[in-house]
Amino acid sequence: MHAGVIPTASMADIAFLLLIFFLVTTTIDMDKGLGIILPPPGAEVEVSKKNISNLLINAQGKILLDNEPVQTRDIKRIVESKIAANDKLIISVKTHPRTKYQVYIDVLDQLKQAKATRISIAEPSQ
Amino acid sequence: MKFESKTKVSSEIPTASMPDIIFMLLIFFMVTTVMREYEGLPVLLPQAKQIEKLETKRHVSHIFLSKDGMISVDDKIIPMGNVRHVMYEKRIEDPQLIVSLKADKHVSMGLINDMHTELREADALKINYSTKTAVY
Repeated sequence: MHAGVIPTASMADIAFLLLIFFLVTTTIDMDKGLGIILPPPGAEVEVSKKNISNLLINAQGKILLDNEPVQTRDIKRIVESKIAANDKLIISVKTHPRTKYQVYIDVLDQLKQAKATRISIAEPSQ
Repeated sequence: MKFESKTKVSSEIPTASMPDIIFMLLIFFMVTTVMREYEGLPVLLPQAKQIEKLETKRHVSHIFLSKDGMISVDDKIIPMGNVRHVMYEKRIEDPQLIVSLKADKHVSMGLINDMHTELREADALKINYSTKTAVY
């Protein structure tokens, strides 16, 4: 006489196998990067001149911060002191169309490290 | 003189509910797993130090921008002028949309600026420049 029960002793093992399969096949590639919020289209806000710091990058990757040539690694320090002096400061980043993206990311990285929250990506004037 | 304990305490861990516990774990992992749904273009991401993680994966849309100026959204190669239409549709479907811009580090800023314009027109304003962690 057979007892009409399904053996449940190995159930845990089966579930474990499934669990391990899902753990292994799950790819954890968290996206990371530099976040920024673009201005809405057509929104032109008049800002007082003294609250703007111009940061220009040319095609060769040379950087001009408020008309003074600077090195990439110095931007953090300079911008930090500028923000300490004026917390309403907006950094306006302007690039040449042939500037390399990596240079732009380096500059943005420096600005983020300097805790600059008001960053404006200026459209290059034609 | 011999001592014997009067009460016999069974020293076994009950394993009857073990499958249930493991099934719960399994279901948790199945639900939280987000399968990757894009292949994209081959890009060399730029490097940065002050990176932040995207807090969610569900509201993220990836745009690939390769070295030779090709743009791929959802594994479809589209011209620059169509980005605004595609992204606008996505933006309507998901108002919390974050655009993860996976651009090659050798891409010129002209293309990136065009992309900014397109995304602004599409009202997809939250963007994230995808980067690798810089090690130096």
